[in-house]
Amino acid sequence: MAVQSIEIKRQHAVVGALAAFLPSHALLYEREDVRPYECDGLSAYHQLPMVVALPETTEQVQRILRVCFELGVPVVARGAGTGLSGGALPRGDGVLLSLAKFTRILDIDPPARTARVQCGVRNLAISDAVAAHGLYYAPDPSSQIACTIGGNVAENAGGMHCLKYGLTVHNIVGLQAFTIEGEPLAIGGAGLDAPGYDLLALLTGSEGLLAVITEITVKLLPRPSRAQCILAAFDDVAQAGQAVTAIIAAGIVPAALELMDRLTISAVEPFVNAGYPLDAAAILLCEADGMDAEVTAEIARLETILDANGASEIRISQNEAERVRAWAGRKAAFGAAGRVSPDYYCMDGTIPKKALPQMLTAIAALSQQYGLRCMNVFHAGDGNLHPLILYDANRPGQLEQAERFGHDILRLSIKAGGTITGEHGVGIEKIDAMCEQFRAPELGTFHRIKAAFDPRALLNPGKAVPTLQRCAEFGRMHVHAGQEKFPALSRF
Amino acid sequence: MQDLIHEYSAAIRNAAARKVPLRVCGGGSKDFYGGSLAGDKLEVAGYRGIIDYEPAELVISARGGTPLTEIEATLRDAGQMLAFEPPHFGSATLGGCIASGLSGPRRAHAGAVRDFVLGIRLLDGRGDDLRFGGRVMKNVAGFDVSRLIAGSLGTLGVITEASLKVLPLSAAETTLRFEKSTAEAIALMNAWAGRALPISATCHHGNLLSVRLSGAAAAVHAAHQQLGGEEIADAAAFWEGLREHALDFFRTSQPLWRLSLKSTTPPLELSGTQLIEWGGALRWLASDANPQTIRAAASAGGGHATLFRADNKSAGVFQPLSPALMKIHRELKQAFDPAGIFNPGRLYPDF
Repeated sequence: MAVQSIEIKRQHAVVGALAAFLPSHALLYEREDVRPYECDGLSAYHQLPMVVALPETTEQVQRILRVCFELGVPVVARGAGTGLSGGALPRGDGVLLSLAKFTRILDIDPPARTARVQCGVRNLAISDAVAAHGLYYAPDPSSQIACTIGGNVAENAGGMHCLKYGLTVHNIVGLQAFTIEGEPLAIGGAGLDAPGYDLLALLTGSEGLLAVITEITVKLLPRPSRAQCILAAFDDVAQAGQAVTAIIAAGIVPAALELMDRLTISAVEPFVNAGYPLDAAAILLCEADGMDAEVTAEIARLETILDANGASEIRISQNEAERVRAWAGRKAAFGAAGRVSPDYYCMDGTIPKKALPQMLTAIAALSQQYGLRCMNVFHAGDGNLHPLILYDANRPGQLEQAERFGHDILRLSIKAGGTITGEHGVGIEKIDAMCEQFRAPELGTFHRIKAAFDPRALLNPGKAVPTLQRCAEFGRMHVHAGQEKFPALSRF
Repeated sequence: MQDLIHEYSAAIRNAAARKVPLRVCGGGSKDFYGGSLAGDKLEVAGYRGIIDYEPAELVISARGGTPLTEIEATLRDAGQMLAFEPPHFGSATLGGCIASGLSGPRRAHAGAVRDFVLGIRLLDGRGDDLRFGGRVMKNVAGFDVSRLIAGSLGTLGVITEASLKVLPLSAAETTLRFEKSTAEAIALMNAWAGRALPISATCHHGNLLSVRLSGAAAAVHAAHQQLGGEEIADAAAFWEGLREHALDFFRTSQPLWRLSLKSTTPPLELSGTQLIEWGGALRWLASDANPQTIRAAASAGGGHATLFRADNKSAGVFQPLSPALMKIHRELKQAFDPAGIFNPGRLYPDF
């Protein structure tokens, strides 16, 4: 991607307008000061922002947006910057709006099981704050120590427990947001639904293209009385995939159901000493939670099913320490990838579960073809794949090879009836793959939805939804006769 | 079947060109719900049938005109269900179920229609045949149009197909009954929801609190032990009656209001009779009280009031939106239906 240079005159004009109400420590524009904001969790893409604004009050957010709207300056909102699709990649002609200072938990209502929090509150901080009430916030993306709830809403973040407990969209009830014009929006409410269109659902996962979210009311769940983990080893990855199908077919919805392949196991084991069987082709980690008797019964059923589906070894956690140890390796998978390889590229396709075995075979073949290793870590229960392609950015051509490998996986995901992204978002990373997943009429609808909120296309332009021109240049648009109807659409 | 899509699409293009309103009609079971029924009928129940269903994927895909009963029977045979327990109110179709966005007794515990919609095929106001979402549980590619369409009352387009997440039927189920005042019931429902109990529905009316437990036999048994109460025999019929508004409470000549509120909202000081569901978050009110008073009470409870069934709907059906939200609604309506032909006035008088 071409890096945009910063126009100094424009920068002065924008800084001048923002300095009218922002204190100097909340306004960064010197090269060394804005450098930390040049990328998010997808570090392959970077760009220095023209200006970084770090507001501390919602009034400041509102005024920043008004200024940007009036001056026609693009705005990219950012939480903790842990996103994996480049959704918070800045623009050289834009304001990077950091919401990192909005870290207050405004209200906890234990009887109603809700918490009202500012957008910069960390995901895990919510669960920590409500733990004393026996409650927690269910979505648990792997970055939950660092990622913010505002970013979670923008991406509709998932995690390991969403098969049973849902995604972000299922676990929030209300939002406070601002439009690009600085108009406040109160979306949802304290009840389970709201009148009119479901804007709560529309804004969730909208990747900062529709509005800037400043406050979220989340649902809290009672902490299950007990959780227990079962680890099953398999000599064959496809067999592990079949065991996943068998569990769901038996009417069990486990709290979590994760798959790791041999390369992943061997990468994480020296790192965390979880005691994984190193000779297994794959392991499944399966968690049951709920009431005491319920967990006991579910674990017994899971054991029977895993055994009947060819598990070579089954271990059941006997206490909380063992359970945590079993999960430690899974949670460390991304970190381990960073240890065994200078760089890695994490994919996020989702496919129907029945396609798991064939997908694993296809990924193995691609790995051979590109000469790049690939660790497979899956949210197996919901078919969400996280192949980690290992490469070395310092070796010429390897990044491009990794990207091509990744794109092939996404193409296979679409072909299998799935999607290019299950929980990481499109961002800048998968913008071209969107041209393959959607046809021109659907992309046209997305553009019109964007325009309904942001007519000047200033919020996070260039992300999430490709322009039709871009798709045409990319050459993979599904253009059918008579369907190319929006040649005049503005770019964003 | 594709012929029908072309037929509907042509009818839409024709209506859009002439700016003639269309009243999208599936089974017609929810004609009573919402604002005005204006326009020429566009009958879409003919596009029906289950397209794809593999129980191990926990997903069913069907055409919009498929009767809900057909979907539910198919799921039941495979030991699964629509966990949001949509009401039928007659000959309901899948398309109407999603368009109305109504969910039944299990909603507070399992989720609403919109929570289970994974993908849709839609004819917009240009007659364009569009597909959003898909058949997988997790999908964040593009804006979540599927969920936006749920509950939009046919004002944005015609739902021709949909894919829904389904869940396994509970292995065991029992219903417990307690004698409790309204205030006690609200407090108990919220307290119990804060504990890891397999509660799948609650209802309070008169001085009776009914609590349904669903899940593994061990869980249902253990929860029964913890909660006490009296086990009732004809529970399935009771919950069915609640879901379909066949209980005596709903046989009223007074306007029926639906108040969706914060679950802990104290008993409403409004004239008329009330029935509470969803752990306190849904209050049905049969009342002749002033609509302004009812809407004010709903706002005070952090929620909104809908005039669910009434002969006279001059007070408006849905709680008015703030000007900022109404502006976005109009823009979205314009984005999907530029000629303004779909179900005008059904959701808000403005569009």
